[in-house]
Amino acid sequence: MTRKMTGAKMIVQALIDQGVDTVFGYPGGAVLPIYDEVFQQNSIKHVLVRHEQGAVHAAEGYARSTGKPGVVLVTSGPGATNAVTGLTDALLDSIPLVVLTGQVPTFMIGSDAFQEADTVGITRPCTKHNWLVKDTDKLAGVLHEAFHVATSGRPGPVLVDIPKDVQFATGQYEPKKPSVSHYQPPVKGDMTAITELVAAMETAKRPVFYTGGGVINSGPAASQLLRELVEATGFPITSTLMGLGCYPASGDKWLGMLGMHGLYEANMAMHDCDLMINIGARFDDRITGVVDLFSPKSTKAHIDIDPSSINKIIRVDIPIVGDVGHVLEDMLKVWKSRGRKTNSEAVAKWWKKINEWRSIDCLKFEQNGKVIKPQYALARLEALTKKYDRYITTEVGQHQMWAAQYLGFEDPNRWMTSGGLGTMGYGFPASIGVQMAHKDALVINVAGEASWLMNMQEMGTAMQYNLPVKQFILNNERLGMVRQWQELLHGERYSQSWSESLPDFVKLAEAFGAKGILCSDPDDLDDAIMEMITYDGPVIFDCLVEKHENCFPMIPSGKAHNDMMLAGVDTQGVIDAKGSVLV
Amino acid sequence: MSALKLKKGSTSHSAYNLRANFSDVIERHTLAVLVENEPGVLARVIGLFSGRGYNIDSLTVAEVDHTGHRSRITIVTSGTPQVIEQIKAQLGRIVPVHDVHDLTVEGPSVERELAMFKVSGTGDKRVEALRLADIFRASVVDSTLETFIFEITGAPEKIDAFADLMRPLGLTDVARTGVAALPRGD
Repeated sequence: MTRKMTGAKMIVQALIDQGVDTVFGYPGGAVLPIYDEVFQQNSIKHVLVRHEQGAVHAAEGYARSTGKPGVVLVTSGPGATNAVTGLTDALLDSIPLVVLTGQVPTFMIGSDAFQEADTVGITRPCTKHNWLVKDTDKLAGVLHEAFHVATSGRPGPVLVDIPKDVQFATGQYEPKKPSVSHYQPPVKGDMTAITELVAAMETAKRPVFYTGGGVINSGPAASQLLRELVEATGFPITSTLMGLGCYPASGDKWLGMLGMHGLYEANMAMHDCDLMINIGARFDDRITGVVDLFSPKSTKAHIDIDPSSINKIIRVDIPIVGDVGHVLEDMLKVWKSRGRKTNSEAVAKWWKKINEWRSIDCLKFEQNGKVIKPQYALARLEALTKKYDRYITTEVGQHQMWAAQYLGFEDPNRWMTSGGLGTMGYGFPASIGVQMAHKDALVINVAGEASWLMNMQEMGTAMQYNLPVKQFILNNERLGMVRQWQELLHGERYSQSWSESLPDFVKLAEAFGAKGILCSDPDDLDDAIMEMITYDGPVIFDCLVEKHENCFPMIPSGKAHNDMMLAGVDTQGVIDAKGSVLV
Repeated sequence: MSALKLKKGSTSHSAYNLRANFSDVIERHTLAVLVENEPGVLARVIGLFSGRGYNIDSLTVAEVDHTGHRSRITIVTSGTPQVIEQIKAQLGRIVPVHDVHDLTVEGPSVERELAMFKVSGTGDKRVEALRLADIFRASVVDSTLETFIFEITGAPEKIDAFADLMRPLGLTDVARTGVAALPRGD
């Protein structure tokens, strides 16, 4: 059934047909017709952010916590350029977003009109795909295709640029159809390769599962299948920052996160393994350390839906292109049909070795004295919030790594962090997006004071929609990770890494009508955290922590992934000139 | 077709056969990329090469199916085998790209390029230019008392050779189309 309607009405209709319930946006001249349609309906809730970057990160938080695409509506020119950081963030972390931008009318494109920008040109490298729609009759088809592209294959952000005259004009609305798109990435893995992998698993002496965000993106069923496979085989499992929650942190096969600030046992297991099974991770430079020295003795299998991830950084022996859920299902099927074999004797020996590494207890710290250690703050936050229906977002820096180390995730979609792009200012708007999707949940943004200030304007959004997001700020009055690298690489010359003129966060909270809590004494911490949790409304928690604490363990840049610095080591002269060049 | 071919929608092929160690040898490959002829598609392809630091030695593009709105982009690129594999995989990821063929590994193919040379001179040099053009089967498409424009078609190496010969004879301008290529046989 096709109907005639205006382009603006079509946009709202297409969103409804796609099952969208929430849109994050900010109005402006080039999207006024769309906002007029938003005004005249009740199916879709619009969240008015305070900055377009906040809208995109909020949509990312919504998408990561629900598995559904996040939707953003912003105006032309500055509205679109402000969305660029969020789009790039979503591209690097494979988050499905549909971003709608207004554009100057078609007859003014190219004339340097007011608030004109070449939006499709600017966003071409930071979207999975984008469209400029010049004909109202094609608008609905493009919108449905946009949702299809954003959510199929490796998910990612897409953008539809819609000139104002196309919004006003009337055209045929095409309802959502089973996709006629030629874009149909395969989801089933090659059975020969899957069988080859299962055969390798049967004989492996030192196997390890190396999992990543692809497991989360594949959906909750993939996490279920992964758990079944891990329990059935008894193999150890580690995960990237993006994959936390795909296997429960309380599981006894869990090695913890791997990588630059990952756990010692996880990185050592990756280095010494004889079979590495990469499931939905991409051999990121935070994981590998020096590529030539990465896990030299192992046979490597790589399951990824994106063929370009295979052999991009690390040469693999068993590549499997497909959706993680589908491939895991087939792996389990084949493994069971071949008699559920593992080399259990050798694997038991392997576990003994792993437990030796574990006994180093690389995350141990001592809370003594009257200054709160950031690790202690997170350990207490973990203990006091674990039993809640909890979602965690983070900003970027030391606090993010500590959060990944000291908080435990039992389920997928509970952990929202900017991994690939490392976007300071991500966490607060993301927490708003998460809370919009999970009204009754406890949503905490673990932040550093510097990151948090980058998008603090979103306090207005949190207040307006009565979103009780908790901003847990580990305040060291430093750009902590920058400071740590300056200590390691630049002779302790702390160039511009101090946060001077910080606001009084309690007064800042009160200025927005929210609650502010200041805590500087470890003995007060539990009560203060409980006060934050139980308060019905947004809270800014200003937790004053040790100012010069370093985040360990750490693979220093330019070193192999089994060459880790542990807490308490001398930080001077560890990184050579070659390592200093790396980021 | 080789197993290296990345065809969208295929369900049976898992990535590549590339199992050898990463090699440092720089190879030259000719890729045929079949795309939806929609606005911006060439910018996507070129942006991929510049953004990821790949080389373009030559590039030609034209719509080859007017009813189906398909264009064929022929790209000559160079890189290590790993980089060539990455280029193909990255091209395959672009949404309006339908197919990526590596003509260099998919069996014998024919490569042709058209070029025009403007040669300026008088006396013996002018006669020699005309004589060499005849040997190379280049045709004269424009002539004045002091200049010729030759049109030549052939493999890039042949055009390079012709350019080398014309240079001392008064070569002033060259226009080359870049390589167009098709696989031989079926």
